[in-house]
Amino acid sequence: MSSAFSFARFGAVLIKEFIQMRRDRITFAMMIGLPIIQLFLFGFAINADPRHLPTLIDVADEGPLSRAILSGMQNSGYFDFIGPVGGTAAGEAALRTGEANFVVVIPPDFERDTIRGRNPQILVSADASDPSAVSGAAAALSGIVQVAVAETFQGALRGLAGGAPPFSIVVHREYNPEGRTSTNIVPGLLAIILSMTMVMITAVAIVKETERGTMEMLIATPVRPLEVMLGKILPYVVVGYVQTIVFVSAAAVIFRVPFDGSILAFFLGFNLFILVNLALGFLISTAARSQMQAMQLSFFTILPSILLSGFMFPFAGMPQWAQWLGTAVPATHFLRVVRKVMLKGAGVADVGGEYLSLIVILVVVSAAAMLRYRQTLD
Amino acid sequence: MSTAPGNGVPVIEVKGLTKIFGERKVVDDFDITVPRGAIYGFLGPNGSGKTTTIRMLCGLLTPDGGEGECLGFDIRKQAERIKEQVGYMTQKFSLYEDLSIRENLDFVGRMYRITDRRRRVDQSLKDLGLADRAGQLAGTLSGGWKQRLALAACLIHDPKLLLLDEPTAGVDPKARRDFWDEIRRLSAAGVTVLVSTHYMDEAVQCDFIAYIAYGKKLIDGPSARIPEQVGLETWRVDGPDLAALEERLKHEPGVEQVARFGAVLHVSGTDKPKLDATVERLKAEGTHHWSRQVAGLEEAFIYLMAGARDNFARDQPDGASA
Repeated sequence: MSSAFSFARFGAVLIKEFIQMRRDRITFAMMIGLPIIQLFLFGFAINADPRHLPTLIDVADEGPLSRAILSGMQNSGYFDFIGPVGGTAAGEAALRTGEANFVVVIPPDFERDTIRGRNPQILVSADASDPSAVSGAAAALSGIVQVAVAETFQGALRGLAGGAPPFSIVVHREYNPEGRTSTNIVPGLLAIILSMTMVMITAVAIVKETERGTMEMLIATPVRPLEVMLGKILPYVVVGYVQTIVFVSAAAVIFRVPFDGSILAFFLGFNLFILVNLALGFLISTAARSQMQAMQLSFFTILPSILLSGFMFPFAGMPQWAQWLGTAVPATHFLRVVRKVMLKGAGVADVGGEYLSLIVILVVVSAAAMLRYRQTLD
Repeated sequence: MSTAPGNGVPVIEVKGLTKIFGERKVVDDFDITVPRGAIYGFLGPNGSGKTTTIRMLCGLLTPDGGEGECLGFDIRKQAERIKEQVGYMTQKFSLYEDLSIRENLDFVGRMYRITDRRRRVDQSLKDLGLADRAGQLAGTLSGGWKQRLALAACLIHDPKLLLLDEPTAGVDPKARRDFWDEIRRLSAAGVTVLVSTHYMDEAVQCDFIAYIAYGKKLIDGPSARIPEQVGLETWRVDGPDLAALEERLKHEPGVEQVARFGAVLHVSGTDKPKLDATVERLKAEGTHHWSRQVAGLEEAFIYLMAGARDNFARDQPDGASA
């Protein structure tokens, strides 16, 4: 019995591993595909200093000074004016639904008051529920304005140039005045944790039947696909409820995350989201041939939930193609529901669009899963 | 045989059954008629299409061709109705290993929506002799017990047809005998049984036998007539040094098969004159005692098995050039 290292045996193990790697196509695809996807997402889609943030304007003074300020903001690339807004209530509503990240209000007689040295205020309301999304733009704001107005202060207004501007910009950080990151991250984490556990548990639970051979016994009985699907999924809905209750309580007690909005709005969104995830898990289980593959495919769906949903990086900062991809990710919509309801005090009507998106995804995924689920073994 | 096949409408009557996986015809133009109450045996080497045929009969696989009825229902359109009256025992143990014996029986009972389930499960546990171990996990049972539990589970809804796919593989001889006693009892009670097997001692217990190779049925009929269909002529030899004689006989003209049964050899062939000529020549040597023998099922099966090699041998692993 020789204890020396044998290159022949080592080589045999090496060759066997390569053969097995080649046979397991899904694992192989994941090994090649994951790094490429990560590269593209991290390289192109993620932007920690987002620009082109949707901004609404309420301008009561159409003078050259206002125009200079607004065009300066627009030219900076941070702000995209998506239209005028009438009144404070409409502005607040736009921030709450996420239609706009900023609302800029220029008061009446702004130019005249500036010239007379009355130091008028430009009010900028920012949606700070995601601090990283707006902080860059908010920080750059006073510099942008200062440069923009410098050219306007000529001729009769030359005296106003130089030194501090003769008006002030007040930035209101709405929903998260302290700009705490945990206030934003913790509700978002609920979306990630739910999608992770729900998708994974369901995917594995069904593949387990196939892997252990019990599926053959199951479909030899007169049981219908819908009966199997519902019966398998429902226990995990209960698990999702328990997770959420534990999570929301912990968020409130330990992280002091507010819960300002409608519980009903949260409840509806949360149920929809759980259903979408379970359907997704079911779909994965119809494609995977082993529990291992089911785990890998589940992980694959988690990645966009973290990177493209706006959880880790601001949604508005992503290029258009990435935003489209992100819109197809269920976590994107649930994340918005959770943040809007918990931090912005939103009600059912404010998050109706997100419900609709979740329902569309649910229908598509369930249909695909039901089509793929076979009542036979072929 | 324990039962005379019943009269009237056959339980299974299927024609031209075909199943294709990829490019391979796993089951090729298969006809089968099974009378009520019969024990019908499927014989054939591994990969010959026995399991696939059984799965098509109970609606687990959709046939690519062929039509017919099982229990009076169309096998293509009424799989659901067929499933309600069929008990299917899979080759591999397919109950839940992480459920207890009682929980498994309860589950299967609910699947078939049987009435007075509690009483049926209790009765089944008693018949099995597992009443005092009902809480034990099914995964902890030995092979023989698992097989008995699986049979009990597929009988819980009183099926009219039992499909058994190599039910006794890996089970000890005592358990196999008990199992077959139960099968004959069920058959006598009017349950039709279709069973696939590798074992000759099980094949001889069947009323009808179909021999399958490469997805095609080679022989089909009442088991008593199988040797006649195969058409073997057999001689029985005894005497000294049978091993040497066996080796020599394999190369003699007309000898197609030499099988050893204890202290004698059975020498068979399908060409009677040629075989008889060889035997006459050897007889003249006077070293051994020769006598003519009626060919039985055993010889017929050994002959059939030898003719069809393991059918999986034709498969190529994926990636390898075909």
